[in-house]
Amino acid sequence: MQYLPNIIFVVLLIVGIGFFVKNVSRLKRNIFLGKEASVTDNKPQRWKNMAKIALGQSKMVVRPIAGALHIIVYVGFVIINIEVLEIILDGIFGTHRMFAVLGPVYDFLIGSFEVLALLVIIAVVVFWFRRNVIKLKRFFKPEMEGWPKKDGNFILYIELVLMVLFLTMNGADYQLQQMGAEHYAAAGSFPISSFIAPMFEGMSISTLVLIERTAWWVHIAGILFFLNYLYYSKHLHILLAFPNTYYGKLTPKGQFRNLQSVTDEVRMMMDPDADPYAEPAEDAAVPDKFGASDVQDLSWIQLLNAYTCTECGRCTSECPANQTGKKLSPRKIMMDTRDRLEEVGKNIDANNGEFKDDGKQLLNDFITPEELWACTSCNACVEACPISIDPLSIIMDMRQYLVMEESAAPTDLNNMMGNIENNGAPWPFNQMDRLNWSKES
Amino acid sequence: MASELKVPTMAEFFASGTVPEVLFWVGCAGSFDDRAKKITKAFVKILNKANVSFAVLGTEESCTGDPAKRAGNEFLFQMQAVTNIEVLNAYEIKKIVTACPHCFNTIKNEYPGLGGNYEVVHHTQFLKDLLNDGRISMEGGHFKGKRITFHDPCYLGRANGVYEAPRDLIRKLDAELIEMKSCKQRGLCCGAGGAQMFKEPEKGDKDVNIERTEQALETKPEIIAAGCPFCNTMMTDGVKNKEKEGDVQVMDIAEMIATAEDL
Repeated sequence: MQYLPNIIFVVLLIVGIGFFVKNVSRLKRNIFLGKEASVTDNKPQRWKNMAKIALGQSKMVVRPIAGALHIIVYVGFVIINIEVLEIILDGIFGTHRMFAVLGPVYDFLIGSFEVLALLVIIAVVVFWFRRNVIKLKRFFKPEMEGWPKKDGNFILYIELVLMVLFLTMNGADYQLQQMGAEHYAAAGSFPISSFIAPMFEGMSISTLVLIERTAWWVHIAGILFFLNYLYYSKHLHILLAFPNTYYGKLTPKGQFRNLQSVTDEVRMMMDPDADPYAEPAEDAAVPDKFGASDVQDLSWIQLLNAYTCTECGRCTSECPANQTGKKLSPRKIMMDTRDRLEEVGKNIDANNGEFKDDGKQLLNDFITPEELWACTSCNACVEACPISIDPLSIIMDMRQYLVMEESAAPTDLNNMMGNIENNGAPWPFNQMDRLNWSKES
Repeated sequence: MASELKVPTMAEFFASGTVPEVLFWVGCAGSFDDRAKKITKAFVKILNKANVSFAVLGTEESCTGDPAKRAGNEFLFQMQAVTNIEVLNAYEIKKIVTACPHCFNTIKNEYPGLGGNYEVVHHTQFLKDLLNDGRISMEGGHFKGKRITFHDPCYLGRANGVYEAPRDLIRKLDAELIEMKSCKQRGLCCGAGGAQMFKEPEKGDKDVNIERTEQALETKPEIIAAGCPFCNTMMTDGVKNKEKEGDVQVMDIAEMIATAEDL
């Protein structure tokens, strides 16, 4: 019976991590439903971007308040993982505060974790107020109703509970240390939880041990729960921000991809030796669909973008179309892409690994042409994203589908394109009149 | 007013067996739009004054394909691009200057992948170089102390990171440069990009150019400076909509320099 807690702990750990691994493999499978995209170029720059943008949070501070609060929560999260490591080892081996051998270093570590925990609590409370009391405009867009709103708050609640548990655990521990309880040797410094400790005064050792153990168990179980919550949440960005910034666009923002399939066609049309009536070769590949109407037509990087999106809405609040009341919201484009991708993933799981046509697609069922046509391609959303997501690329790919596969451009644009085709200008002027300005006074 | 514009064509240069220093890519707006033609002429006046050896393609120029590409018609874009590249390469063009950020972006970034490799500069960058090299001098008399705000064209600023050249030129005019609340990286679109110029906007509370004009007017400017013919049109319309055309002028930076130099 002596080893029962250790066994329970190891089982909990294996189940928690096992589910997480399963989620990660599902995530990977879904992302790679996207089309291939080559990103082997300029590795040094990519690593630099990841270090600066994801690790260094360089773009978070464009909005100083949210940026500073986010950095606290982020640093708190990263550093407290050292404590989690100790908890895991203690749990497996049945020890207590095994890193205490580090002596003064340990005191410093625990002390700084406590300060961070308090700062995280403060940041989380401010975040909650921004969402629920101040009601920042960008959190109250149509796409933020339902799950996204709940998800945002759940994360805050979980973080709050985890931090309170951590401090409670330490407070009870501190009290036990003061009382010289067996197994609770003096270790660590408790600059914050020592203020909680007086609450425990007068309690028996067994009660305190119960409080300390309960907080310890719920804390680690909470962490494992949170780990598995990630997949269902915008909180997935804590992992995906790193690959996403690595694979982010390096070329100038204004440079849109030239479609290779179109280049091939154009070259053939311009080639005087090409036979327009030639039969396609036996082994000729099925020509690519132009543009994108569903998630499988997007590249895996665009799908990674969708899973990485934190729904912070900085893109949407900078979007000129959204600012002037139009339906387009770049955040919604990303959320729709993720929702549809999840739906496709579930479809595949339900049909033995094969996608069965469900009569739906990203275009029309999730994203309407009205949203797509409202985009000015100004790149404000791309610039605003703190983790290198490119909603514009999805918008453009879907416009290509509308125009080249469905000939469904607005009439005005069809006129414009007709003019370019016939006159070499978007207006109905003759190309021969191009130099007339030089003779006008 | 100065004498007639000298606007040599590439064909003329070619016939005489010489090569100009730079090709001036006029663009569709600069060629056909009445407002934008003034920008074109102002820029040519400066080029003439500075004795820059330049040429235009004239009737051999065609749309770069930018609005087609942003509208989603990649096919039409590439047809335009390949045709233009054939002309440019036939003349062995090395350097291109243009007053249109959309032409600038497309030729600079999207033509190389289709076989067109040139050094492409925006006219504000070119003017700044002329100034640095002492080929033009600027006296700010006309604009001295005037409140001027600069509207960043998306395809020059965010799209290609050119923020300072136009600002440096405005400062050289001894003007007081006042930034709007959204500027540089966070500049707000004029509402014309992405082929929006050629269609009715989607339904909303207001048009993008009105929002942007309001931001510009908040700085209480005497002049709204622009570096793009489309921005110019959108902002001019916005100023008219706000019935401020008596107090506020919308000017391209090339026009400002030409005015300052009394060209």
